[in-house]
Amino acid sequence: MSVAVELRACAFTHADGTRALLPTDLAIRPGETLAVLGPSGCGKTTLLRLIAGLAFPDPPGRVLFESRDVTSLPIERRNVGMVFQSYALFPNLDVAGNVGYGLRLRNVPKAERDARVARWLAMMRIPELAHRRVDQLSGGQRQRVALARALAVEPAVLLLDEPLTALDAKLREELRVELAGLLRDLGITSVFVTHDQAEAMALGDRVAVMRAGKVEQLGAPEDIYRRPATRFVAEFVGVLNVLAGEVRDGTLHLPGGSLPANGLAPGPALAGARPEQLRFDPEGTLTGRVRAAFFLGDRVRVVIEGAAANPITVETTGAAPRPGEVVRLSAAPPAPWPLPDA
Amino acid sequence: MGQDRLALAVLVAPAIAFLAAFFLFPLVLMLRTGATGPQGWSTYAIILSNERYLGSLWKTVVLAASVTAATLVISGIAGVFLARTRFRGRRLLTAFLTLPLAFPGVVVGFMVILLAGRQGVIGELTHAVTGDRLVFAYSLAGLFVGYLYFSIPRTVLTVMAAAEKLDPALEEAARSLGASPWVVVRDVIIPGLKGAFLAAGAICFATAMGAFGTAFTLATQIDVLPMVIYAEFTVGANIAVAAALSFLLGAITWAVLAAARTAAGGTVAAAG
Repeated sequence: MSVAVELRACAFTHADGTRALLPTDLAIRPGETLAVLGPSGCGKTTLLRLIAGLAFPDPPGRVLFESRDVTSLPIERRNVGMVFQSYALFPNLDVAGNVGYGLRLRNVPKAERDARVARWLAMMRIPELAHRRVDQLSGGQRQRVALARALAVEPAVLLLDEPLTALDAKLREELRVELAGLLRDLGITSVFVTHDQAEAMALGDRVAVMRAGKVEQLGAPEDIYRRPATRFVAEFVGVLNVLAGEVRDGTLHLPGGSLPANGLAPGPALAGARPEQLRFDPEGTLTGRVRAAFFLGDRVRVVIEGAAANPITVETTGAAPRPGEVVRLSAAPPAPWPLPDA
Repeated sequence: MGQDRLALAVLVAPAIAFLAAFFLFPLVLMLRTGATGPQGWSTYAIILSNERYLGSLWKTVVLAASVTAATLVISGIAGVFLARTRFRGRRLLTAFLTLPLAFPGVVVGFMVILLAGRQGVIGELTHAVTGDRLVFAYSLAGLFVGYLYFSIPRTVLTVMAAAEKLDPALEEAARSLGASPWVVVRDVIIPGLKGAFLAAGAICFATAMGAFGTAFTLATQIDVLPMVIYAEFTVGANIAVAAALSFLLGAITWAVLAAARTAAGGTVAAAG
C-alpha cells in the first residue's frame, strides 16, 4: 500500500529540553484525512509542524513524502498547504492577492493565476469577495480564503491547525460539514489537528489520539469510540461510564445491582459503557436515582447516582425520568466492555 | 445641540488660546521677521536662489535622509531580532540600547570627537597600522555617525514594539506557500512594520534636520542648516535671513512629517 506521508521515529525536544513528542511512527495514506486529536500540550501541533517542515525531528527521525525523504527540507520547499488557527491572511493583500500569493511565487503567468484564483474562490463559494480587503471579512469567510490559499498551490498534503476553533458553534458545525465534503471531493491527503473530539470523529477517516507526546491510538473513528485502546482514549473520546465491580457467575455486580458480564473475566472488573449503550428498562437489574436531566433537543442526557461507584450518564430519545426518580437500567451489548487499565 | 456646541467651544477655548499664543503667533512672527530685511518678502526668494543657503539646505536634507535610511535598516534588523529572539542578557542589552537617549547632542558630538577626532581612537589605530591618521569627526561623516548614534535607540524601540505584534503565523503562511526567507522579509515583515518605519523614520528625519548640539560641537567644516541659521543670527546679526531660513527648515521638515503621516494613515486604515 502506498503512503503519502510517513514519519519514522520522529521525536521532538524543545531547546529547553522538554520533550514535546516521543519517537513516533505514523503513515498517512494518499487521499486520507487524518485527524490528530488530543488535549492541549499533547504534542499534536508539534506533530503537524514536523510534517509541515516548521520544526525538524530529533535525529534519527525521518519525514517522507511519497517515499521521498524531506526531513531536511524547510517548509517552503515541501509543497504543503497550511491553514492556521488565526488564518494568517496577509493584511496588505486583498482576497485574490492572498489566494494567488503562492502561484505568484511559483511564477504562474498572471492570466492563468487569475483564472485559478477565480476557480478556487468559486469552489469556496466566495467569488464576490475577490477584491475585498481581508479585514472586511467575517470569520467564516476568512476560513474559506485561508483554505483556498492553501489549496491553490496544489499541495502534496494539506495541513490544518485547529481550523474551526476560532468560529462560533453554529458556523463551526456548518463549515465542518462543508470541509468534510470538500476534502472528500478533492481527494487530497490532509492532516488536521483538533482538541474537539466531535470534530475529529466527523472529519477524520482515521483519528490519532495523542497524549503526553505519544499517539495512544490510531484508528477509524468507530474503533476509537467503540474499542478504545487505553483508558485515556476511552475517557477523552465521547462520554464514558466507568463501571467498577466484581464479576461472579457471569454477572457484573455493581453498587446498584448487576449487569450481564458479557464475557468479562471473573474477579474484580473495570468495565466501560457509552451513554447510548445503557437504557431505561423496567425489567433492568441495575437501579439508581436520577440526579439531573439535560434536554439536548434530539435526546435527553440523564445523570444517575447510586448505580455505580461514580455517577453514570444515560442518553435517551424517549421520555426521560425526572430528578429524584429511581430508575432501572439494562445494558445493550457490546456493553459492558472491558476498560483498559492504563 | 446648540448648547452642546457652545459648551464645547468654551471647553476648547483655552487650548485654542494656548495654541495661538505659543505656536501660531511665534510662527507668524517668524514668518514676518523673515520679511523685515532690506529685501522685504523677497528674502524668501533670495535664500532659495543663494548658492550657500541652498547648498546648506540640500546637504542637510541629504544628511537627514541618509541618517534616516541607515537608522531604519540597522534598527529594523536589530529590532526584529530583539523582539524575536530570547537569550540571556536580552533585557539588559535592550536597556543599554536606550542609553544614548540620555545624552544631549553636545555629549554625542564630544563622543564622536573622542572616536574619530584628531586624537581619536580611530585616528590612533589607523596611524599605528597605515601611518595615516583617519579623522572624520569634523566632516559630514562625523555628523552622520553622531546622528546615527542617537537615532537608532528611538527607532529600535518602536520597531521592537511593532515586531512583537506581528503574527508569526503570517511568516509561516508565506513560507508554506513557497516564500524564501528574503521573500518573507519583503512580503510580510516590511509591510507589517511599515507603520512603525514611517513613524520612527519621520521622527528620525525631523531630529536630524534640526539637530544642533552635535553639529555645533563638531563645528569646523560643517554648514548644516541649523548651523547656518545660528551663524546668521549671532555672528551676522542677519535676523531676517535667519528667520527666513528657520521658516524654510520648519516647512520642509513639516512637509516630510505630513507626508509620512499620510502614508502611515493609509497603512493604518489598510490594516484595520
